[in-house]
Amino acid sequence: MSKGKKEKKIIKAKTGNRSIAKKNKLTSNKSVRFVYMDHAATTPVDARVMKAMLPYFDKYYANPSSLHAPGQVAGAAVFNSRNSIAEILNAHADEMVFVSGGTASDNLAVVGTVNSSAVEIKKLFGADALPHVITSAIEHPAVLEPLIKLERKGKIELTQLKPEKNGVLRVKDVVDAINERTVLISIMYANNEVGSVQPIAEIGKAIIKYRKSKNIAYPYFHTDACQAAGFFDLNFEKLHVDLMTLNGGKIYGPKGIGLLFVRRGVKIEPMIYGGGQERRLRSGTENVPGIVGLAKALELAQAKREKESDRLIKLRDRLIDGLLKIEKSRLNGDAKKRLPNNVNISFMDIEGEAAMLYLDAKGIYCSTGSACASRALDPSHVILALGLSYEAAHGSLRFTLGQSTTKKDVDYVIKELPDVVRKLRAISPVSLDMKQF
Amino acid sequence: MTNKKAQKSVDIAPAKNGGSGFYSDIVKEHFFHPKNFMEDDKAYKADGQGMVGSPACGDVMRVWIKVDKKSERVKDLKWKTFGCASAIAATSMMSVMVTEGEGMTLEEARKLRPQDITERLHGLPTRKIHCSVLGDKALRSAINDYYRKQGETDKIEIESGRIIDKVLKITDHDIEEAVLEGATNLEEVQSKTKVGTGDETCIPEVEQLIRFYREKFFGAE
Repeated sequence: MSKGKKEKKIIKAKTGNRSIAKKNKLTSNKSVRFVYMDHAATTPVDARVMKAMLPYFDKYYANPSSLHAPGQVAGAAVFNSRNSIAEILNAHADEMVFVSGGTASDNLAVVGTVNSSAVEIKKLFGADALPHVITSAIEHPAVLEPLIKLERKGKIELTQLKPEKNGVLRVKDVVDAINERTVLISIMYANNEVGSVQPIAEIGKAIIKYRKSKNIAYPYFHTDACQAAGFFDLNFEKLHVDLMTLNGGKIYGPKGIGLLFVRRGVKIEPMIYGGGQERRLRSGTENVPGIVGLAKALELAQAKREKESDRLIKLRDRLIDGLLKIEKSRLNGDAKKRLPNNVNISFMDIEGEAAMLYLDAKGIYCSTGSACASRALDPSHVILALGLSYEAAHGSLRFTLGQSTTKKDVDYVIKELPDVVRKLRAISPVSLDMKQF
Repeated sequence: MTNKKAQKSVDIAPAKNGGSGFYSDIVKEHFFHPKNFMEDDKAYKADGQGMVGSPACGDVMRVWIKVDKKSERVKDLKWKTFGCASAIAATSMMSVMVTEGEGMTLEEARKLRPQDITERLHGLPTRKIHCSVLGDKALRSAINDYYRKQGETDKIEIESGRIIDKVLKITDHDIEEAVLEGATNLEEVQSKTKVGTGDETCIPEVEQLIRFYREKFFGAE
């Protein structure tokens, strides 16, 4: 009895909300642990963030555009939040554009710059000339999908660069892909699936060198830093980026709020028209609690990023070492150049969704690159872009650690996963050679 | 087995789980505690076996059967599946349906449709339907194998209709059925049949067939 009580306590302490575990229909065992290892999908909101946000729902609820006193209180909160984030990015407050999330920010960055540059490209290179955009094949769909759409509509020419097998791009490949019509290069800071970290500062430097040599303003450089924001330096001058995407839901802040950093001088068109908020780039009444929450979350995450990175790297490597002891397994992405919280491993001869749901029943919550877990019928485009097989993508599991993750959690996964793999292999008719992996 | 009319009216949409991504209790039972799966295929003396799918497209199902030669009833069915929860649960349920009571006759077993299995599972989430459509093909393949081994080659039935997707053994009839059930484009037909995920080269032909059957049943657009 006392054991059951103790475990319940663990659940409460970790989530503050036991009902999630309780409500989970696939969880038959009532005393299972609650090991959330899907922080790349989203993080819980930090209590301090929530506290900072709360007054802006019912006390200081006025519209920040209003000139009356309550409006000015809300306006001041937005002003302060803007300044606080700008300081972290070493940028100006007027370079912060609040939007409704990471996807909205990515979309605005790529579509907005393409649209604003199209006229100029036609003026320079003739009516048939198209703006050229470079991105990576492992980009988040929030960048890839709008670009693919623009390409299909005949509005841009698109180059999707393949990374090396470890998921890291070569700076030279990026530079070699630039031509005189290249208006935008969009490369994520760190990959959400396999955790590979890109050499953003070096790519940025090379782009600036190119612009200087040609004496032109293009190509712009955009990076999606949503996964990186809790672990790495976001100083835009050190990264040499012109546009940068951040959001709340990956850094213990609220969902539904994002930010696009737009360097002064960058020409960009809005996608949403209306009252002209956010320097006309994102009309619509500001999400004041969200903005306050994003600023607070970013401040907290950046303050402890080095310490937290060190702590998570130890846990990450412990988990990797433990799981790679399972036969016929492989680590996806680079062993060193990867996010401190990301573990992505493929297990041969089993399918990821089945493994994920077996883990779910044990109170371990992760995700998979298998086709069966996606809305489309295709397995992870990231794992395939690394040159790995469909089998590797179908059998991949991603564990992303976070602030609540303890050594005990890691050891629990190391203890439970071999059994899941064994069970699923026992009913699998497939037994592939590692070479095919 | 139900009559043909009743079979046609079976709604494979997840009417019973409200379209949510969650699985029914029966799916969970078969997924977490699979029935009749093959534990030692080397020691098992099968009268027939069949396999369908490929690991690259995410589903492989293998079926072994033992047949009572006199009554031509399936006495035992063992299986192995590489696939997601739906795929595992569907094969497990199929093994129960084929062998329960005195066992289905080979004739009955051949007529088993994925919809029948889905119904017994109390529905599957819509985007999971395609995971359940391969088990019955593996079973038919095993039945053919049985007849081949018995030397009764006249009883071998090639998948009725013309095979379009060679890897998943999906026929023009499967596509016709998907269109009749409301699929209007490649994506929707894929979500019901998985066609083309094993053999991409067949996609242009699939699209042509979809247009053909749509015009046939619903008139030109």
